[in-house]
Amino acid sequence: MKTVRVLVGTKKGAFILSSDASRSDWKVDGPFFAGWEIYHMKGSPADPNRIYASQSSGWFGQIIQRSDDGGKTWFQPGFKEGESGGNPEGMPVSESNKFAYNTSEKGGKPLTTHQWYDGTQHPWEFKRVWHLEPSLTDPDTVYAGVEDAAIFKTTDGGKCWTELSALRGHKSGEKWMPGAGGMAVHTIILDQANPGRIYVAISAAGVFRSDDDGQSWKPINRGLSSEYIPDPNAETGHCVHRIAMHPARPEVLFMQKHWDVLRTDNAGELWTEVSGNLPSDFGFVIDVHAQEPDTVYVIPIKSDSEHFPPEGKLRVYRSRQGGNEWEALTNGLPQSDCYVNVLRDAMAVDSLNPCGIYFGTTGGQVYASSNGGDSWNAIVQNLPPVYSVEVQVAP
Amino acid sequence: MIRVTLPYHLRNLAGVKKEIEVEVEGVLTVKAVLDAVEVRYPMLKGTIREHDTKKRRAFVRFFACSEDYSTLTDDTLLPEKIARGEEPFMIIGAIAGG
Repeated sequence: MKTVRVLVGTKKGAFILSSDASRSDWKVDGPFFAGWEIYHMKGSPADPNRIYASQSSGWFGQIIQRSDDGGKTWFQPGFKEGESGGNPEGMPVSESNKFAYNTSEKGGKPLTTHQWYDGTQHPWEFKRVWHLEPSLTDPDTVYAGVEDAAIFKTTDGGKCWTELSALRGHKSGEKWMPGAGGMAVHTIILDQANPGRIYVAISAAGVFRSDDDGQSWKPINRGLSSEYIPDPNAETGHCVHRIAMHPARPEVLFMQKHWDVLRTDNAGELWTEVSGNLPSDFGFVIDVHAQEPDTVYVIPIKSDSEHFPPEGKLRVYRSRQGGNEWEALTNGLPQSDCYVNVLRDAMAVDSLNPCGIYFGTTGGQVYASSNGGDSWNAIVQNLPPVYSVEVQVAP
Repeated sequence: MIRVTLPYHLRNLAGVKKEIEVEVEGVLTVKAVLDAVEVRYPMLKGTIREHDTKKRRAFVRFFACSEDYSTLTDDTLLPEKIARGEEPFMIIGAIAGG
């Protein structure tokens, strides 16, 4: 019997919601790491029992946690009792919580500056890990998207992290600026059809693509238009909130930008707007149905000044045509007096058929649909504000 | 042995009860105590001081014998009562956020 696990990161800890494949009865485990901010948790596609979590605190900094048993127990990589790697005194030498920008002469980039809110230049400073993206094939390899914007990689299960510094060192870096939540690599997509191809999205810089496993990066923002920057069609500076790809059709990506929903059919070389009849094209999440590459989901938010659903109605919008024509999905969702937000990493789809769709809100609800969005249930109601939602199906 | 108290979240990370003990050889300074804590509990590296600069994290504070050592240089000598184990060296999370 398959197990569905929904991994929920919140402002005050992590939770794991589990069910069988019927997805009708849910068990809630947690909080794990209670009191800490959990920006993201994600399981390895190569080993569902391997889960990584980003745990952080304004007081005590960044911690990486790992589970090898599907979330039952957790440890900081390198510090597990009996784990090898000790120094001559017998103490561990792990640096699992160290994210140091790579400024070395061999492969590093100088620590420069980026644009600050007031237009002045500001030094790059590590703050936290926003997103963890495990390799599609190796449970020990994970990419981490961090604030201030950079990408790191581990190949030893999280014990040590090395920056792939070409991204931070891109010549456009001095023009990148923080969005309201900071300047972070918040989305990482690995392309299983093209090994070595990685997409990242940065607020507020835009989307970048690497075709050599992070050794070099190309901005791919042509077609984006952002009225809030001096040149609306600039190569970088766009506040991209989230991008999504169906693994079977890797040349096609969908984007929820600060304003506008867009798609590309050529791996980011050109984007076209597909907002169509959405009630608002501002929002954070976007995701693609597991079996239907042209079925896309967004959750419109009223505006960048009012981060709640239009008219107080929480509606998921679904397009079955890859954009432009959208239908509201409301069955089971609050249709009055709802003023929650849904943050960029807080939507996920499972691999079952019919496809399950999940999203979490800043009001602490996690909603699930086991029929592609036709109807919804709150599978948990009163968590802390939800930062991220991922789902995995374990055999 | 030097007694050290840790804030709640760091006790959980280190897997210890409220107070820990570390051995410090040589001159007893703030730096010497923090070095000893990080050697004994390496999972705390980066949570009290920055990894490379060893600068105190902004929302962490140090107290000894009712005195605030947070902003003093880390080679400041600690009191005899700390050296004798009569009082703990206190690492606390700053009160912030209501």
